Amino acid sequence: MDVMSQASPDQTAHPGGTGVGASPGEEPLLRLRGISKHFGAVQALYGVDLDLPKGQVTALCGDNGAGKSVLTKSIAGIHQVDEGEIWWEGRRVHIRNPKDSAALGIETVYQDLALADNLDIVQNMFLGRERLQRGLLDEDSMERAAKETLASLRVTTVRSIRQPVATLSGGQRQAVAVAKAVMWNSKLVMLDEPTAALGVAQTRMVLDLILRLKDHGLAVMVISHNLNDVFEVADRIAVLRLGRMVAQDSISAFDRQSVVDYMTTGVSSRAVKGPSADGGRN
Amino acid sequence: MSGIDSQGGLGADGTAAPEAADLTAAKVDIVPPEIVAGSLSQYFHAWWARVRGGDAGVLPVVIALVAVTVIFTAVSPNHVFLTPANLVNLFDQSAVFMVLAIGEGFVLLLGEIDLSIGYVAAIGGIVTGQLVQPSWNWPWPIAIAGGILAGAVIGWLQGTIITRLRMPAFIVTLAGYLIWFGVMIQILGTAGSVGVSSSVLGNQQALYGIVYSYIDPAISWVGLAVIVVLLGGMMWLRDAGRRRRGLVASPIGLTVAKIAFIAVAGVAVVAICNINRGVMLPVIGVPWVVPLVLAVLAVWTILLERSQFGRHMYAVGGNPEAARRAGINVALVRTMAFVLCAGTSGLAGIIYLSQQGAMNTNINGGQLVLYAVAAAVIGGTSLSGGRGRVIHGVLGGLVIGAIYNGLYLLGLEIQWQLVITGLVLLAAVSVDALSRQSSGVRV
Ligand SMILES: Nc1ncnc2c1ncn2[C@@H]1O[C@H](COP(=O)(O)OP(=O)(O)OP(=O)(O)O)[C@@H](O)[C@H]1O
Ligand SMILES: [Mg+2]
Repeated sequence: MDVMSQASPDQTAHPGGTGVGASPGEEPLLRLRGISKHFGAVQALYGVDLDLPKGQVTALCGDNGAGKSVLTKSIAGIHQVDEGEIWWEGRRVHIRNPKDSAALGIETVYQDLALADNLDIVQNMFLGRERLQRGLLDEDSMERAAKETLASLRVTTVRSIRQPVATLSGGQRQAVAVAKAVMWNSKLVMLDEPTAALGVAQTRMVLDLILRLKDHGLAVMVISHNLNDVFEVADRIAVLRLGRMVAQDSISAFDRQSVVDYMTTGVSSRAVKGPSADGGRN
Repeated sequence: MSGIDSQGGLGADGTAAPEAADLTAAKVDIVPPEIVAGSLSQYFHAWWARVRGGDAGVLPVVIALVAVTVIFTAVSPNHVFLTPANLVNLFDQSAVFMVLAIGEGFVLLLGEIDLSIGYVAAIGGIVTGQLVQPSWNWPWPIAIAGGILAGAVIGWLQGTIITRLRMPAFIVTLAGYLIWFGVMIQILGTAGSVGVSSSVLGNQQALYGIVYSYIDPAISWVGLAVIVVLLGGMMWLRDAGRRRRGLVASPIGLTVAKIAFIAVAGVAVVAICNINRGVMLPVIGVPWVVPLVLAVLAVWTILLERSQFGRHMYAVGGNPEAARRAGINVALVRTMAFVLCAGTSGLAGIIYLSQQGAMNTNINGGQLVLYAVAAAVIGGTSLSGGRGRVIHGVLGGLVIGAIYNGLYLLGLEIQWQLVITGLVLLAAVSVDALSRQSSGVRV
């Protein structure tokens, strides 16, 4: 697809619109402008801009500690940003807690898996959104729905859907976390290193799933250190380095080496067609 | 190139790394047996494997009950321990420990502790007792509600301080221990006690009768039959329905065994209570405190295991961060745990009031707390949070009550009671520690 390197007309309405985004005239589903976040003395994010368009997979790359997880958690409402604006479907929004982001239609697979060990798979998948019948938990309907979702993701190695998550292997837990995120009718799915602990078949399954979500018109943001995976599923790449967004463009503007260059040094001489990132701005 | 893996994962030739498959292999050894077993014998196989793996489940409490019964029957004067009169008395004494342990279970479930509940129970008993004194003479149901409410308000205060000001529960409730101890002495004043008497007809008599009035034998048999049929029918329908719809369910044999066990235990309790245990005048019947404890067990079990709020309590106990990310109001859940704990303790205090006939400054709130914690833990509740059921408080309370009763029968002096109680608490905590070590701890 066509990627603009200048500000498109509709972006002039938004302060900080620097033309890092999607196709002209089309509002991205999520638009971040100037997001900053610090923890005590540690500045984790410096004025980050990011666009997540519908029907596209955006890969967020960066070295360890670049701020990828902090950015994800800021969008998910786990962290509150210090500065910056969040625009959702063209509207300015404030995400103060995880409920706000879920209400917008944002689902997140966290890197540090957000599962309760003492609860079983079904209980975890519906946590916070339990189905009720006559005021009490509707276990049967939740179990059926969870079973269908897991089957559709071909998660077949778990022995029982009713076993506590503590008894699952790392990969199975990750599969449950992914299933938990895609079970809801969401508009944006963010996955923070979803394949890190997965076997080959399960990695394949998650990558296929990401492509399927995209085909359904969802916006997907995926964080991965595996550039094979990134180049296989992503439409766009955004690179964070030490809390700054150093490059953001269509996948065609990158090759593996240039992504690595951006991650490690913040610039690349190998740019395929000169990424339009506002790296210079920061 | 730290953290970058441009070669890993699917290799260029698309072959799998050999170790990849292992990552998705389940830790089968500690999967609960009832969800993977197809029959009763398979269930016992899986269960035994799990016990050998270190997760003993209800085994410690069963062993403890059998051991306590055998020992005290053997050594008590004239083997009085197992007589109907003593068994009913034992249950009356255990009821206070049971209800206190159920209360403490709510905060233990969140990995917290409440050290104040002994004197919170005292305050609850005093409030209820005061409300039925001649000067007030409120209806006894309202007096009971008042005692529970007093406990709940205290729990709300302490819980709010703990969750909103982020103070350790240990310290806040230790302060509460002292404060409510002092408040109790102040309220009781020079009289030193507030009593309920069977000779004051009406409300005082009703409260006294929680422990000391008995259900007509015919009615108790009918009541038991109704409970067994309703409960057994519900369990049967639920399990059968889940099996039919292809959902995870325990094997038929296990369902039948559970129902049979409830029926047998119920018959045993009612039969023992319906033997005349009077010395001069006949004393026959199930004390009202038995259905009261069962009601507490039923209501709190439904709340904890069948309601959304209960599910959220388990989630907060297991992983507060996961609960927060799921949109659960963690602070509210934690505060409510202290409210439920202290409110339930208020009810325990009312049972104590009935059982002692009075609430006086001799009540040992410190010992009661330790008994409650020990009872919950012996019953199977984990001190580290995330694991525990209401029934654990009942079973553990029975063990503690049996020890308390047995030591009393032996006429052991107070110092030995203290030593033995301490040892029991230690034993309970070691069982908890052992089961935590072995049940693959992942955080
Ligand atoms: N809760 C927190 N409190 C304090 N500092 C934090 C917190 N979370 C993250 N940081 C800091 O913010 C920076 C970015 O961390 P982040 O977890 O976003 O890195 P990342 O890009 O996800 O790295 P990785 O690839 O290792 O997952 C790090 O320096 C980290 O130490
Ligand atoms: Mg990270």
